[in-house]
Amino acid sequence: MVDKIVIENLSLQYSDGTESLRGISMGIPQNAVTVLFGPAGGGKSTLLRCLNRLNDLTEIKASSGRILIDDTNILDPKIDVIALRRKVGMVFARPVPLPLSIRENVIYGLELAGEKRKSKLDEAVERSLKLSAIWEEVKDRLDEPAIALSGGQQQRVCLARVIALQPEIILLDEPTSGLDPISTGKVEAALLELKKEYTIILVPHSVQQAARTADHAAFFLQGELIEYGEGKTMFTAPKQKKTEDYIMGRFG
Amino acid sequence: MEKSLNWREFVITRAIKASGYSAVVFVLLIFFFLLREGLPALSEVDASSLLDIRWYPIEAYFGIMPLITGSLIITLGAALIAVPFGIGTAVYISEIAPRWMREILKPLVELLGGLPSVVLGFLGILVVSPYLRVLLDLPTGLTAFTGSLLLGGIAVPTVVSVAEDALDSVPRAYREGAWALGATKWQTIWRVTLPAAKSGVLTAVMLGVGRAIGETMTVMMVTGNAPVMATKLGSLFSPVRTMTATIAAEMGEVANGSTHYHVLFFIGMVLFLISLIVNIIASSVVFRSKKRAERILS
Repeated sequence: MVDKIVIENLSLQYSDGTESLRGISMGIPQNAVTVLFGPAGGGKSTLLRCLNRLNDLTEIKASSGRILIDDTNILDPKIDVIALRRKVGMVFARPVPLPLSIRENVIYGLELAGEKRKSKLDEAVERSLKLSAIWEEVKDRLDEPAIALSGGQQQRVCLARVIALQPEIILLDEPTSGLDPISTGKVEAALLELKKEYTIILVPHSVQQAARTADHAAFFLQGELIEYGEGKTMFTAPKQKKTEDYIMGRFG
Repeated sequence: MEKSLNWREFVITRAIKASGYSAVVFVLLIFFFLLREGLPALSEVDASSLLDIRWYPIEAYFGIMPLITGSLIITLGAALIAVPFGIGTAVYISEIAPRWMREILKPLVELLGGLPSVVLGFLGILVVSPYLRVLLDLPTGLTAFTGSLLLGGIAVPTVVSVAEDALDSVPRAYREGAWALGATKWQTIWRVTLPAAKSGVLTAVMLGVGRAIGETMTVMMVTGNAPVMATKLGSLFSPVRTMTATIAAEMGEVANGSTHYHVLFFIGMVLFLISLIVNIIASSVVFRSKKRAERILS
């Protein structure tokens, strides 16, 4: 399988000294779900935020290493960050629907990118809502405010908003942390569908979710990558003692 | 022991309560005093001559229209200056400036807000008005425009400080959501952050306008104080007189209880009414959007 993203010896430290990454190297394969898991403060979100350069806006003390997406180093200060963020979409822990209708929410990113043709926009709305497994629930009320939806529906609309931009990579930072089990199941089902077309990197909100969704899994502890491998192997027969302890719930 | 503690508790609670009520009572007292001294004007001068365009109290012409239009044109001019500059500065401080710059600019702006208006007026007389007279080739530099310019300067810190707080309180998640969708910095500010902070920014504008309309010393010093109707665009570049300056300038030399005295208080009532309207508009706008924001967040 092809590695869509290659991370080479990435280290990072925030100015306030909180979370950090130490010498991370890993390859993230295309068209698969790669799960980054581990206890809080381990650097999972930090790594995710490096991939779309959202960390640019946080105070960083030092960083080194490279991240290659399709052989381009995205940490290069000269690259077009806006284009990068359209290529690498992100879904956050708490759904942030804008105070607009469902349709407007979905096409928001496209409009920002300058797309005005109505046919294109309508097409994107249907396609991305279908891929996010929410089309059936909202197709008759696209013009109602997105705020009126339930938390789980809002999160899938936010996912659709990202998909509408036709990214190549989708980052999800604990996307189901505020959702009930049924909504969580729907989001996870959508991810299985989405990985056929996209490269997905997920920070799950529980080990169980990691085990359910992971094609590949990476265990992070205090800024270090402890173990990285096939999801199935990782959650049944981990190689490292620390990984096993965490999966068995002995700490974290 | 137990008893004395209870007693202390009782006194402290009452003292706080009393000071809380007293604020309301004082405002009411001021309001009644204003009514008592101002309302007789309506019986002494009939309404039509109050709405007349001549203010010449010595000859018993008490038309307050020139003063109202004078105040309005200066306030309008000041708002046109203070709102874009104020909001622009607030956006710069909160969204664009690096942290060290923000830490210099924010206290500086607040310091400017505390600048005594008489100092600004002095600056206006000595520097701004001679400069404008030469630059625009006017017969005098003491014009409504000079007043607007300086009042704008006075209102800017108010607008900046309130608007900056509003922008600052927009959750980081909103901005990150927009950035992650590939919005540019400017798109994020214009389409996400500013709309999200709308109610606070409107409050800032209203407070700035309120500050400008009530300002006395500066306008008295730099607007020339000629009670001329200001109805044309050109009036901006001729002398005008505001309501506040009229009260301040004439109250000291008026006979207590005379018609002139009552009319001056009547002007005070009008001014009070105008600020009241501005405040009501401001708080109703804030209230409405707050309810909407609460709905969104619930």
